Amino acid sequence: MAFRMTGSPIAPAALVEGFGDPRCGGLAFFEGRVRDLNEGRAVQALEYEAYVPLAEKEGERILAEARGRFEILRAECVHRTGRLGLGDVAVWVAVAAVHRGAAFDACRYIIDETKARLPIWKKEHYAGGASEWISCAERDGPAAGTTR
Amino acid sequence: MKKSLHVRYFAVLREQRGLGEERVSTGAATAAELYEELRARHGFTLRADRLRVAVNDEFEPWGAAIRDGDSVVFIPPVAGG
Repeated sequence: MAFRMTGSPIAPAALVEGFGDPRCGGLAFFEGRVRDLNEGRAVQALEYEAYVPLAEKEGERILAEARGRFEILRAECVHRTGRLGLGDVAVWVAVAAVHRGAAFDACRYIIDETKARLPIWKKEHYAGGASEWISCAERDGPAAGTTR
Repeated sequence: MKKSLHVRYFAVLREQRGLGEERVSTGAATAAELYEELRARHGFTLRADRLRVAVNDEFEPWGAAIRDGDSVVFIPPVAGG
């Protein structure tokens, strides 16, 4: 499958190695990594939880849309589940096209749609031990069950 | 006539419910009615307009009818990538 969820570390170098295609002169890759700061708070780790059967179906739909909209020949995406540390790769996108423009555009489309549509949730663990599900706070305050 | 459903919870809903899945017996006709019933029972903080719903591993509208044996997942605001 071109889209997959994985609980194992993503190693981009090995994935890039297997991605070449002699028809393609433009290859675009995107890595989303865990960073140390979000909205002013020091992040120590992230935890991704996913509804895997639907995430994989929707991920395949996004890749099919990208192949339909842009002049590309290959597209793949891998997204992590589980606990990740700073600098770990959370998501990896690869696109191969004859020319660079379509490769960049499709890569951007895939990561943007992935973030907006896949049933995946992120819990940030902060320095000091607090943690919070991102985007899940109600308007009148943080969601119960989170800690600050 | 009550139906028996399989409900799975993720992220903030899983923590608020205290478990990841359960069998639910309900008279609810739609996904929206089912969520309101469970929200009242378990005190979920998220309102339905912040969630999406999936039935049998596909996104469905809130007005979708639910049938005996269906698998239902309520989807909190997502944050992948």
